[in-house]
Formats: sequence, C-alpha cells, structure tokens
Amino acid sequence: MKNILVIAEHDHATLKAATLNTVTAARNIGGEIHMLVAGSDCAGAATASAKIPGIAKVLQVDADHYAHHFAEDLAVLIAGLANKDYGHVLAPATSFGKNLMPRVAALLGVTQLSDIVGVENADTFVRPIYAGSLLATVQCSAPIKAMTVRGTAFAAAASEGGTASIETVPPAVPLGVTRFIGQELTKSERPELTAARIVVSGGRGMGSSEGFKLLEDIADQLGAAVGASRAAVDAGFVPNDCQIGQTGKIIAPELYIAAGISGAIQHLAGMKDSKIIVAINKDEEAPIFQIADYGIVGDLFKVLPELSAELDKLPPA
Amino acid sequence: MKILVTVKRVVDYNVKVHPKADGSGVETANIKMSMNPFDEIAVEEAVRLQESGKATEIVAVSIGVSQCQEVLRTALAMGADRAVLVETDAILEPLMVAKLLEALVEREQPDLVILGKQAIDDDCNQTGQMLAALLGWGQGTFASKLTLGEQEIEVTREIDGGLETVALKLPTVVTADLRLNEPRYVKLPNIMKAKKKPLETLSPGDLGVVPMTQLTTLKVAEPPKREAGIKVADAAELVAKLRNDVKAI
Ligand SMILES: Cc1cc2nc3c(=O)[nH]c(=O)nc-3n(C[C@H](O)[C@H](O)[C@H](O)COP(=O)(O)OP(=O)(O)OC[C@H]3O[C@@H](n4cnc5c(N)ncnc54)[C@H](O)[C@@H]3O)c2cc1C
Ligand SMILES: Nc1ncnc2c1ncn2[C@@H]1O[C@H](COP(=O)(O)O)[C@@H](O)[C@H]1O
Repeated sequence: MKNILVIAEHDHATLKAATLNTVTAARNIGGEIHMLVAGSDCAGAATASAKIPGIAKVLQVDADHYAHHFAEDLAVLIAGLANKDYGHVLAPATSFGKNLMPRVAALLGVTQLSDIVGVENADTFVRPIYAGSLLATVQCSAPIKAMTVRGTAFAAAASEGGTASIETVPPAVPLGVTRFIGQELTKSERPELTAARIVVSGGRGMGSSEGFKLLEDIADQLGAAVGASRAAVDAGFVPNDCQIGQTGKIIAPELYIAAGISGAIQHLAGMKDSKIIVAINKDEEAPIFQIADYGIVGDLFKVLPELSAELDKLPPA
Repeated sequence: MKILVTVKRVVDYNVKVHPKADGSGVETANIKMSMNPFDEIAVEEAVRLQESGKATEIVAVSIGVSQCQEVLRTALAMGADRAVLVETDAILEPLMVAKLLEALVEREQPDLVILGKQAIDDDCNQTGQMLAALLGWGQGTFASKLTLGEQEIEVTREIDGGLETVALKLPTVVTADLRLNEPRYVKLPNIMKAKKKPLETLSPGDLGVVPMTQLTTLKVAEPPKREAGIKVADAAELVAKLRNDVKAI
C-alpha cells in the first residue's frame, strides 16, 4: 500500500490543533504517514510535527510564496508529491483545508471527499450531507484518495513522543495569480472556538452586541469561547468567525450553552455532537429544546445575569 | 467584463430530507426544490456588478436534469442576461461539474466566474476550487466582499480566524459566502420578462465531456438521534446539575 500524506495546518511556528485530529483519521486508514509542512520559515511547525507519534517522516518546504498558505501555490506542490508517492492525502476540514484540498484533487484528476467523520477502511468513508441530517457511506475508486477531515469526529493525536525524521523538499514554482493584501484577525483572550471545552453561544435573541456582553461575562467565568448563530452574526452582534453551523464552524465541546437560539437545522449541524447542551429560550416550543439536555424556558435577559451570579457563588471544583 | 454565474437546483433548505427506505440514497421524489442559497448570492453579486456598470453580460449556468430550467429562469428574473443548461441525468460529482464548467468557460470566455461556496445538498464545498485548478486561475473562495478593478479583483474572504483580503488576477474564480450580499426578491414583471430571455440547452457531449464517477454511495442513514433532556426551573438548579450530575463545570 502507498503512504498517506497529511497536510499540516500551521502558522509557520506552531501547528494548528485540527492537524492532530487529521493524524488520527490517517491512522485509522492504516499505512505509513508522512506530514507536509509547507510555509515560510516553518522549522518550528516541522519540529512540532516530528514529535507526533505515528508520523514516520516530515516533509518541510520553505519558500516566501507559501507565507500566506495560498491554495493556488500549495496545490501545485502537493499534487506533485502525491503523484509520486501517495495513496491518500488528508487535510483538516478548516477554512484552510476546504480551500486547498479540492484544488489538489482537481490537479490530480480525482474526486474529493469533504468533511469525513468516519473511516470504514482504506477506500470507504462516512461523511455528512444535507447539513448533517444524513450520513453517507461512500466508496472511492480514485487512485489517490483526497479528503478533508472533520476535527470533532476524531480524537486529537498526542503532540509529544514521536521522533520522525525531517526531510527538506524543494518548493514548486509559484503560480503568481494571487497577491496578499491584508488580514483582520479577531483578537480574543478566550480559547479558540473549535478547541474550547465550553462554548457559550448567542442568537438573534441576544438583541445587540451589548446584549452579547451578558454572554461574554459568563464565558469569562467559565473559561469558555463565544459562539453565535448565523442570525446573530448577520445582525453584526459578533464577528463572522463566531458562526457555528452547516456553513460556519463545527464544534463538539463538553458543554454548549445556547441563549436566544431557536435551533434551526443549519445551526444544529455545527453543535449537535456537543456532550452536554443547555438551552435558554423564552419560547418553550423552540426546536433547540428537542436536543438540549437541560433547558430553561425564560427571558435570557433575566436568566443570564442570574446564571452569572450563581457561577460567582460556586466553590472551585 | 463578462460574468459566468452557476446555479444548482437543490432540495429547498426548509425541507427535512430522509433516506430512501432501502438506504441506497436520499428520498428526493415530490419535494420542494430551489436554487442553492449560495448561488442566489452569487447571482445577486453579478447583477450588482452589472447595475454598477462594471459588468456587461451575465450568463447563468446550471448542470443537471431538465427541471434545472426553473432555477435558470429565477436567475434570469434576478437579472442574468441569458442562460445555459447542460442537461444530463448523470450523477455529478464536483470534479465532473468543474470539467463541464471548464469547457463552458473555454466557450464563453468570461472574465469572472462566480459560484456558491457550497451546495447545501452534498455540502461538498469543492466545485469553485476545482474549476479554478483546471483553468489555472486564482480562487477567491468564501468571499464576503468584492472590489473589481481593471486587471485584478480584491476579494475579502471569511477564514477561521477572521477575514483575509487578497487580490486576484483576472480572469478568476470567486465563491460566494453568506455575507457577500442579501439577494433581492424577484418581482412579477421580471419573472415575465425572464420567460423571454434566451435559454440554451447543451449536452455534456456538446462540450466534449463524458460524465463519470469515482464514488459509490453504499449507504445513506440518519445519524443517531439525540434525546431531549429535562427542563430546569432556574439558573441555580442548572448550575447544580452541571456541577454535580454531569460535572461539566
Ligand atoms: C444556506 C444556509 C446556511 C445557513 N447556515 C447557518 C449556519 O451555519 N449557522 C446558523 O446558525 N444558521 C445558519 N443558517 C440560518 C438558519 O437557518 C437560521 O436562520 C438561524 O440559525 C437562526 O438564528 P437564531 O436561532 O439566532 O434566530 P431565530 O431563529 O430568529 O431565533 C431566535 C430565538 O431567540 C429566542 N428569543 C428571543 N428573545 C429572547 C429572549 N429575550 N430570551 C430568550 N429567548 C429569546 C426566540 O424565542 C427564538 O427561538 C443558514 C441558512 C441557510 C439558508
Ligand atoms: N450541478 C450544478 N450546476 C450548477 N452549478 C453547480 C452544480 N454543482 C455545483 N455547482 C456550483 O458549485 C457550488 C459549490 O458546489 P459544491 O462543490 O457541490 O458544494 C454551488 O454553489 C454551485 O454554484
């Protein structure tokens, strides 16, 4: 069997968490796993990759034109590598992986599997369709199986203990069709949404960005991340990257608290695998209650301050 | 500036879908179909570029069964100038859609192709990226803002950590995210006018493409259902349960 190539997502110095979940999916396929770290001054990320148990070899590619992770340039590199040696190519189903992997697949002339949540065997995978209302088991006959991996469906691999070799690989020629202009990254002291143990999330019912302060206080008390429904994001209460759902982020924290969110299927698609779900909504018919472990029917502007006060009273665990 | 915009006919986003009784696929008989919501956004963006004088012609394309004419008529009513249906009953994976679109791009020579970021039936989020790869063009995926220049287009993209802005050389591919715009409602007179706009039908063979698949669906099933839990009276009871019963806080 040919080897498996995992594409690392990183910021050149460190690995992004979703990379570790992707390694676990690769392990479930079975075979020798190599990891590609392509970036600019990315020795830090390559060293971190070499420490992941189960990685046999790290391919490090350093070039200025990989500084912004442009899919246009990375895809040429990855397709070149995949054509030589690999039977499977995996990337996390993050905005990075979703942008990149279909481009790699098309250059290879193969189909791509998006967002896999299960590995049945080396050519059969499970993936959600219709906003997660259904799960499809699909068999892939392509010579190279290209896919993105949903992080919440696979446990994170350990990040210490491995001793992979690091091999330097030359960059591919830049395509030169894309120019970086700028980035506006949301700054937050809170944990990252996809990695947080607890997420408190608000919907249209929060009313305004001032309303969201109520949730932010609770987030800080719990060490939680803040999420939102599409309606709350569209209304400008919180930044776009807070959106949970079919077309936003997919998360599965230990505890998800939803306030003023009705529970549309597109929202549930992003959080229904959370371990414990709490819903606060003034409408007792709201669909979110059908999947909530604990529900409070009431006005969130009354319940959230009470919740905050109760949390203040709580002795340390 | 000529714009090609793609519209897929999908199960309406309000409809709850079920697996076929034998688990071989998705039950789609007799249910409401609509234009993929992201494609409405793509068409709207094209129409706005035309209304602001930046685009001269908008061609809407759909690939699939003959009923896809309905979504093409909607695109025409929104403001597209003409439509092309690539008619086929074949199962279409995104790579095949991208190959058909590549052939259409050769034929139509647009300066910009706008697709939706994701079809809400297969949830693939692939076709735009694949088309860009086949053409060797840039890809402005998950776009929430476009600024069209002479040689370049600036695209603001929704990424996991926030927003990123890139400039892409024209011609290029863009995929529309939810916040690019809010699509208009089509007015009755425009629906009437759309009936008279040209709609051309081609076969994959006309474009020199033979549909093929690399995926076989073995099974479609509902995921395990989550049971509703209990209602609690107030915040105090909630905190007690979370602390003592499930140890979540
Ligand atoms: C293509 C497509 C993709 C989509 N993708 C996503 C996605 O990724 N994520 C997503 O979330 N949505 C998505 N949506 C939108 C989705 O269909 C819903 O419209 C959205 O989730 C609704 O958000 P909401 O629950 O905040 O608002 P609403 O449905 O308006 O619900 C607001 C809730 O707040 C409650 N409420 C109001 N005031 C109070 C109060 N004072 N106290 C307590 N409760 C109160 C109300 O009872 C109501 O239940 C998508 C839609 C489409 C068409
Ligand atoms: N059969 C089709 N006909 C027209 N456009 C399509 C078709 N399939 C996909 N697309 C376009 O590609 C986008 C992404 O689809 P997908 O990659 O399937 O998620 C959609 O929003 C459409 O704009």
